[in-house]
Amino acid sequence: MTPSRRAISFPTGALVLTIIAGGADATQPPAGATSCSGCHSTSVKVETPVPPIGRRDAADIVAAMQGFRSGERPSTVMGRIVKGFSDDEIRAIAAWLATQQ
Amino acid sequence: MVLGGGFAGATCARMLRRTDPLFAVTLVEANPTFTACPFSNAVIAGLRDISAQRFGYDALRGEGVAVAQDQATTVNPQVRRVTLRGGSTLDYDRLVLAPGIAIRWDALPGYDEAAAATMPHAWLAGEQTMLLRSQLEAMPEGGTVVISAPANPFRCPPGPYERASLIAWYLKKAKPRAKLIMLDAKESFSKQRLFESAWQLLYPELIEWVSLSSGGKVTSVDAKTRTFVTDFAAYKADVANVIPPQRAGKIAEIAGVADTTGWCPIDPVTFESRLQPNIHVIGDAAIAGAMPKSAFAANAQAKVCALAVARLLHDETPSPPKLINTCYSLVAPDYGISIAGVYHPVNGQLADVEGAGGVSPLETSPDFRAREASYAEAWFRTVTAETFG
Repeated sequence: MTPSRRAISFPTGALVLTIIAGGADATQPPAGATSCSGCHSTSVKVETPVPPIGRRDAADIVAAMQGFRSGERPSTVMGRIVKGFSDDEIRAIAAWLATQQ
Repeated sequence: MVLGGGFAGATCARMLRRTDPLFAVTLVEANPTFTACPFSNAVIAGLRDISAQRFGYDALRGEGVAVAQDQATTVNPQVRRVTLRGGSTLDYDRLVLAPGIAIRWDALPGYDEAAAATMPHAWLAGEQTMLLRSQLEAMPEGGTVVISAPANPFRCPPGPYERASLIAWYLKKAKPRAKLIMLDAKESFSKQRLFESAWQLLYPELIEWVSLSSGGKVTSVDAKTRTFVTDFAAYKADVANVIPPQRAGKIAEIAGVADTTGWCPIDPVTFESRLQPNIHVIGDAAIAGAMPKSAFAANAQAKVCALAVARLLHDETPSPPKLINTCYSLVAPDYGISIAGVYHPVNGQLADVEGAGGVSPLETSPDFRAREASYAEAWFRTVTAETFG
């Protein structure tokens, strides 16, 4: 008999109700946010010339991103990237990044 | 369940565990170690050791991903079951396919698997990378390197031109009378003006690029003589690098998620296959609209897909994502260039966000180029740490 295993199994019963009753995940990343960690390390073990963006003040991140987008703050690639985001999206990303350990 | 342990698959498996620790996640990957393609051109040029390209799966195991060193042989989407070569069968609630590319051995007359031993593609990293490197080292001074580049779509649009650049860097240093010819099935290529302007500056007279309309499309090759045949001429190479036509990895075809192009159409919000239910496709195998086939894109798509799969398994609706891609290329060790894009779903496809993205400036300082080269290396260290570290 070939062994069979349920992968990505979803728990049943009371545990399901607990998860659903918990409501929306407060730390759900807003649109675009998860792409940032490709270049901006979220691990303290990795040190690179690209600045880390977790554990920073949300207002600082918003100011930096708006500066890159307008060109007031020089950059190599960030200006081109931030032009893809509105002020609301930038604020949402910054607020989420500030909650990341 | 995730099939394929590259940038897309490994990232997705890891993120699924982090998103919901109650998920049982299995990653099926045939190789015990992953050898990364980005920066493998630097290995080919003698700038980097292949060991810097290798990554294992222990960190994924440590986060609770069950890593099965095996290969999927069948996928049954109706009963949601995968069979592995080793004999076991696994049932899934959601399946993520991240098989990368397969070389199309039927697409270029004369280029079969045996031919790759004399005319390497090195478009899957590992042995082929080292083969091409050793052939370059052994090439006599004054020899000719020929690289052929395929028509779109293919893995890593700027890759063939970064390879030409770094091989030129090596030739200029070690075999200054050598020449490099690129035979292209295309009329233009990614970051073309940036590459050509840098070639003129750094490697004048060394690289000749033959466009499609100038007779660059290779119609057949002869592995015994390392000859590339086009409609206009035959090019005999001392070192021959064939970058052949490609398609999605074979398991995609087996699962029924690949269309007649050989690539996999997907929903731009969830990356779910448009051809089979409960199967998602990410990374190079996917038809991701305007997003290129790159490791950065694979890693970005994997994170969005993991969140979407988690939402779907909780009977919630995934939110429309935005994704970023940045492709760095090294024209020389201290000369980097980039192309960036931001993408969102529009009319069922991932499209460019208007006004965003673009390439590095055509005119800028050596310091700018050096900084982009350092950011390229930084990206590699960061993304591989996030995926495997």
